[in-house]
This record gives sequence, C-alpha cells and structure tokens, in this order.
Amino acid sequence: MKENVIIDLKNITKSFDGDLILDNINLYIRDKEFITLLGPSGCGKTTTLRIIAGFLEPDGGDVVFAGKVINKVPAHKRQVNTIFQRYALFPHLDVYENIAFGLRVMKKNEKQIKQKVEEMLALVNLRGFERRNIESLSGGQQQRVAIARALAVDPKVLLLDEPLGALDLKLRKDMQVELKSIQKRMGITFIYVTHDQEEALSMSDTIVVMDGGKIQQIGTPTDVYNEPKNAFVADFIGESNIVDGIMKKDRVVEFSGHVFDCLDGGFNENEAVDVVVRPEDVEVVAVGNGMLTGTVTSVTFKGVHYEIIVDIGGFLWMIQSTDVQNVGDRIGLKIDPDAIHIMKKSEYSGMFGDFSSYSEEFDELSDVNAGIDTEGEENE
Amino acid sequence: MSKSSSVSIGNQKTNLVPFSAWMVVFVLVPIALVVWFAFTGVDGFTFSNLKWIYVYKSTLWLSVKLAFIATVISLVLAYPIAYSMSRASEKVQRNATLFIMLPMWMNFLVRTYAWMTILEDTGLINSVLKAIFGADFQSLSLINNHGSVVLGMVYNYLPYMILPIYTALTKIDGSLLEAARDLGARGHQVLARVILPMSVPGIISGITMVFIPSISTFIISKILGGGKDYLVGDLIEDYFLGNSGVVNYNIGAALSLVIMILILIATFLMNHFDKDAKTNGGGVI
Repeated sequence: MKENVIIDLKNITKSFDGDLILDNINLYIRDKEFITLLGPSGCGKTTTLRIIAGFLEPDGGDVVFAGKVINKVPAHKRQVNTIFQRYALFPHLDVYENIAFGLRVMKKNEKQIKQKVEEMLALVNLRGFERRNIESLSGGQQQRVAIARALAVDPKVLLLDEPLGALDLKLRKDMQVELKSIQKRMGITFIYVTHDQEEALSMSDTIVVMDGGKIQQIGTPTDVYNEPKNAFVADFIGESNIVDGIMKKDRVVEFSGHVFDCLDGGFNENEAVDVVVRPEDVEVVAVGNGMLTGTVTSVTFKGVHYEIIVDIGGFLWMIQSTDVQNVGDRIGLKIDPDAIHIMKKSEYSGMFGDFSSYSEEFDELSDVNAGIDTEGEENE
Repeated sequence: MSKSSSVSIGNQKTNLVPFSAWMVVFVLVPIALVVWFAFTGVDGFTFSNLKWIYVYKSTLWLSVKLAFIATVISLVLAYPIAYSMSRASEKVQRNATLFIMLPMWMNFLVRTYAWMTILEDTGLINSVLKAIFGADFQSLSLINNHGSVVLGMVYNYLPYMILPIYTALTKIDGSLLEAARDLGARGHQVLARVILPMSVPGIISGITMVFIPSISTFIISKILGGGKDYLVGDLIEDYFLGNSGVVNYNIGAALSLVIMILILIATFLMNHFDKDAKTNGGGVI
C-alpha cells in the first residue's frame, strides 16, 4: 500500500496563538503523484504546504521526506520548491534572471545556466521573453515564469499554493491543462492547494479534503465525489442533497418517507445515517411513477441543464434535468439504487440544510472574493 | 500594478496655479538670480567670477571630500539600523521611527552647539577625563578638525539616510524572501541577491539626502570646525554677508552655482544607477 512514498506527514499538529490550525494530520504522498489539498479558507491546507516547504515547523509530529525526518531542515536545503500565490517573482530581475536565480545560488556555470533557462522557457512557452521585465508580463505569463523558476532547480516535489487564484476563468482553465501536462512531462510530484473543487476534480490523482485542521477524506476524484465520507465532503464537492435517513438493514434505506433500495451496507439495523443524492442522479418522472413527489419551486436555466428546486415534504431538493419544468408543477422523482450514497452521521450532520437558503449569486460572490483575496493579503 | 486614476475637480489649469506660483517665486526666480549674479560684475556680463572656483578649488575639494565621507559613514551606520528596524515587530518599528525623528524636533543649531559643549577642550568629555585622571591631564583635542565636522554631518543627517532605506526595506514583500530561500539561497545570499538590490532606491534617496546638505553646510563647519575647516558653504555665506569684510554677490553666486552643478551631476549619476531598479520605496519625508 505505502510504496513509492516521497513525503510522509505523521501526526502533524500546529497552532498559532493558541488556535489549533492543524489537528493531527497524517498523510503520505507518492512520488510523481498530483495530489490536491482541497478545503475552504482556514482549513489548514496552506499551513500544511508551508510545513512541507520548510517555512513553518510543526509543533508536533514528523515530516518525512524520502525516508528521512526533515523537521529541522531549513527551506533552502529541501528538494521541494514552491509556486507562491502571487508568484513572488523578483521585480529587480528580468525573466531570464528570475529563472536563473536558483541556479546562480547553486553556483552553476554560465553555460549550464543558459542551457537550463532556455529549456525551462521552452517548457512554459515563453521563448523570447528572456530580457522582459517582470512587471511588463501578464498574470498568466508571470505564472509561467514562476513555474519555470521553481522547476529550473530540479525539485523532487513542487508545491503550488492556489497558483491560479489570480487568473481569470478562461486562463485558469488553460493553465489547469498546462500544469497537468507539465507535471506529466517532468515526472515529479505536485502538491496543489486550492479551494476550487472543480480544479481539484479535474487535475488531481488524489484529493485530500480538509476542514477545521483535519483531513476529512483522502481519495481519487471519483471516490470523493461518488463516495463522500461525510456531509462536509458531500457538500463541499459538487452539489448534494443531504437528507436524514434510517438504515433499515443492509442495502435498504428509508428517507423522505419512502423506503429505497441502495448499494451500501455495513450499518447497524435502524442506524440513523446521512443520505446523499447528487442532483444529476435524480430522474424527473410523472407523479405516481416515482418514489417521491414534490412541487417545483424554482427553475433556473444553466445552459447544459435546468436547475430545478423541488419541495418534497418541506425539504427543498435540487435536481438537474435537461427537461424544463414549470414552477408550481407536481412532479415525481425516481432515484436508482446506485444514485444513493449512505454516510455515517458525523459532526457535520445537519449543518448543510436543504436548498432553501441556497443562492447561486452567493456562490459567485464568494468566488469573486476569493479572487480579490489573492490580489490583496495572503489568505489564511 | 494598478494605475491611480486622478479625479480632477475644477479646471485642470487653474488647479496648478498655487503650485506654479510657488515654483516661480521660490525656485525659478532665485535660481535665475543666482545665474544672473554669477555671470555679471561691475562691468556687466562676465565670466571672470568663475576664476574664483579655481582660487577656492581646495576648499571645494575639501567640501566634496567631507560630504562624501559623511555620506559613506551614514550609509554604513544606517543600513543595519534600517534593516533591523524593518524586521522588528510593528510596535518596535513605530517606536524606533519616533526615536530617530526625535532629535529632529530640536533646532539644528542647538543640536550642533550641543556637540560643541561635549567635544571642546573644556567640554563634557575632557572634564570627565580630567576628573578621573587629575588636573594635569592633557585635554584631548576632539573638536575643530575634519573628524568633528564629519561627526556633525553624520549626526545631523543620519535620520535622512535611515528612513528612506527603512521604507524601501519594509516594502519588500516577505514572500520574495521566502521564494529566495525556497530556491536554495542562504541568509547572506538572500541579503545580497534580493534585499540589497531591492533597497537600492532607498539607498539612493538616503545618499542624496545626506550628501546634498553635507556639501552645502556652513553651520556645522563653523561650530565644529572652528573656522579651520572652511567649507564652500562658509565661503558663500561670507561673500553674501560680508563676514570677512568683503560683500560680493557675484563670487558667492558663482560658487553657489558650482555646488548646484555638483549636486545635479550627483543626482544624475544616482538616477542613472537607479534606472534598472524599480522605483519602489525611497520614500522621502
């Protein structure tokens, strides 16, 4: 199971001014893996990254790199490099000298430096930018220089702290693809920190979902999406209808006043559980043909589908459907056994209610804030 | 980098009137007068005043030399002070800035006279030494030499070196230092490759703000130099006020012009040196 491990975090704890930021983090990272630390701001993801980089020392626990404990090894001696949130390029140096910085510090000769810088510029598609001033570059170009600068010193692991936060949506999508392809080509480990679940899902080999200084779930993107461990993960990644249910017996669950077949088992008889149903897994059918019946309270056109909010016995469900419905219509809902995911009750149970308070606008506002955050002070 | 947009209230031309008026009355007219006097004599237009530059070349040279030494000493003292200030907690930074400014609340003349009472043969230091070693202790001559003049310059102008460097240093984003360490730079390499080059604008402001008043001072040399270290500032004062019996605005103006040109050249060289460095920091008080 634990083969090819390059970084192993063992029982890491860290507090700032009495606030516990990391609460017993255990995580191993395989060589050449693209791993993402995902969570809301303040969850401890950036702190974890800074501990790996060597900018912070953990209060407790060990950071193991390639089999050796490196708690006391300073940042400049670690084979780990960082892409900073706002790139942290040296404004007094041009593109060439920024990329050459690490090589000069290592006292490489001029020929080696030139060769490496050219190679890096080619890698990030910035040939011909050697003598350009940093401030004359666009955000995306600065991002590329930061990547080239970090990769020029041949790190074993690259740490990326919300690297795409300051870019606009289109550029962000392009850079996602490019980062992934750079990681494949270089064959090194990427540890990526983001609060953007979509980014995490589309780029990662492994996602580590964090909240409140704890790891909530570690898994592949499909794992964390399809098999969320608790209500927090289900809510944070994608849209979810999370309802209270009772596990009647293995593979039979009751919720919203109906008994469903499902695929999960291993719970006690009549154990209270959280049930997750993804909006896209609910089928709209005629009243009577479905298991549940509800009233449509709102319909929003989203391009690919309609987002329909349905009132089922006072609980608002979100459903994504390609067929339009009318507000006020009574509709039936069909939920297949494989669309139902059962989770044990957790500290997060009941914290994520129905979609009555849900507002798309709010989501977008918080996204915008996240973008501004990275322009201003460092978050967390 | 966002460009600050200026919201203009009223007519842009009329807004400039106070500034323009100030510039004309207090800058342009005085400079024009200096130039006028420098190139005129009893017989009207003449270059003959410029020969005094040659006559007083050793005084000019001494002025440049002492100002240069004072500037170098100030820089060497100021940089570590500014650096440690910039690394300190916010509270310490505030207090340190206050303490550096504090002497400047007192009159320049008073401060300089204070040094005289400390350094002179019957001054504080020699009195203390006499009290320790007995009445036949030979007084140290601490005043009326180049050293005491340079001391006066450094003491008076050091804050003007510290503050711009400090400002430049505090403007360096902490993540740049982390990035440098991350890329393998040790402490001294971070200093040499990031901190020092990025504080160049502050260093340049500091040098300018120490060198210019030092080269044109006449009070410090008079009080702490005891007339022995006659600097170009003293010469100019004498020619304008007639302290040494001769009032000659023309010679005074010619010498003033030399200082202005020296300062212009120095500023030009500095700006040229600063060309590559981005204009961050170097805040002038």
